[in-house]
Amino acid sequence: MNDALSAGPHTPEHSKLQVCDVSLYYGQTAVLQNINLTVPANRVTAFIGPSGCGKSSLLRCFNRMNELMDDSRMSGTILLDGQDIHTPQVDVAELRRKVGMVFQKPNPFPLSVYDNVAFGLQLQGITRKRQLDEIVENALRKAALWSEVKDRLHQSALSLSGGQQQRLVIARAIAIEPEIMLLDEPASALDPISTLKLEELIYELKQQYSIVIVTHNMQQAARVSDYTAFMYMGQLIEFDVTNKMFTDPGQQQTEDYITGRFG
Amino acid sequence: MNKLNLTRHISSQFNEEIEQVRNHVMAMGGLIEQQLSDALSAIANSDSELAQHVIANDLKVNEWELQIDKECTRIIAKRQPAASDLRLIMAILKTIADLERIGDETRRIAKVALESFNSAQQDLLVNLDNLGRHVAQMLHDVLNAFTRMDVEAALAVHKEDKKVDREYEAITRQLMTYMIEDPRSIPKVMNVLWSARSLERIGDRCKNVAEYIIFFVKGKVVRHSSEEKLEQDARS
Repeated sequence: MNDALSAGPHTPEHSKLQVCDVSLYYGQTAVLQNINLTVPANRVTAFIGPSGCGKSSLLRCFNRMNELMDDSRMSGTILLDGQDIHTPQVDVAELRRKVGMVFQKPNPFPLSVYDNVAFGLQLQGITRKRQLDEIVENALRKAALWSEVKDRLHQSALSLSGGQQQRLVIARAIAIEPEIMLLDEPASALDPISTLKLEELIYELKQQYSIVIVTHNMQQAARVSDYTAFMYMGQLIEFDVTNKMFTDPGQQQTEDYITGRFG
Repeated sequence: MNKLNLTRHISSQFNEEIEQVRNHVMAMGGLIEQQLSDALSAIANSDSELAQHVIANDLKVNEWELQIDKECTRIIAKRQPAASDLRLIMAILKTIADLERIGDETRRIAKVALESFNSAQQDLLVNLDNLGRHVAQMLHDVLNAFTRMDVEAALAVHKEDKKVDREYEAITRQLMTYMIEDPRSIPKVMNVLWSARSLERIGDRCKNVAEYIIFFVKGKVVRHSSEEKLEQDARS
């Protein structure tokens, strides 16, 4: 109890991703200002904050998806296992393989369940059927979807329910063995039961991956994450152990947001 | 009050619920203050009617506890309070448990007032007067501190408990002398001793409430801490 309430700023943990002084501009507009934080390995880190505070933008910097936007400009450095992800030697496709991403709305390809999961593997040149079968099954099992789809692997993925589609998309991300999973409001389109299954999945996945989740659902952040970052208007207001953030946050702004008060 | 931001939630319904539960805690506290003051005058004036009244009224204290308990449970179920809201609900739940026990101790004191004391024994009861006034003041102060969530006032109450403990020890020694001098007085003196004991326990429970105030305001758990650590946490 005492620990949860008084745990100081993090952390002796092994860091997976280091964000140093990152600012991001879309045209003239600064959407992120001097962000510094460390995403620990094998932990779940939640980003919370009101709409437009920059949490999704920050997430997109982690696999350089921000570069897909015209006139976006980033300064500062992001280190993945100590390596700057912006050096010319870094292959963006390879970076995005290591840093997988799942979006708010499930976006399965209009292919069969099986082909959705196998898609990235085939791109990587894995074509042996037995190997593919094995990886697909494994990924679906890890995503807690296998028992529900094992008899309909060759039906269209679009015939699955929303919750199943979201887990399918996660299976697709897992199949290519990323190191970090970025989840951008993964449960916002799901019903409560599917949401709980997804949270259970996140808990399982952190054994192997480092997970960053953006969520508007504060209780969800409190349930699934080990660390929580609160962002507001492009700034990182507070970053600490989740237990501390939800019982005794250090900043008034965090307090107001978490407890649903007028800022 | 505004400084506490207790009712600045976007949800006005939540604000009302919080406001209501706080009002109820204050009402419960007010009732208990009255109960203690009545029990003490019942003893001082051998007023058995007033004592009966205090005993009967303890049921109301219990009802308040159940009512506030229910309100807090509903808030937890419906609002999932976090941060200071969560600490407030925790502090309220713990406070009403201590207030209810203060009510029980008060009833015990009232029961002693029902006993008949002869004039020599009546002198014994004078010993309770000071301790009673001291503890009643402590209760008053801690309830005030709770209303305003005032850490400094809570700290003052916390310190006061040491003095109450010393007064209780002094009374115990004095009453023991009576018992040694006149063994026939033992049953009556024991009753007075139990009352002194009840007052001392009320002091302890006021101290607990002071700790919940510090927990709510500072987010620090100061139960079982040393005096220095407690002060340090409360003023951090």
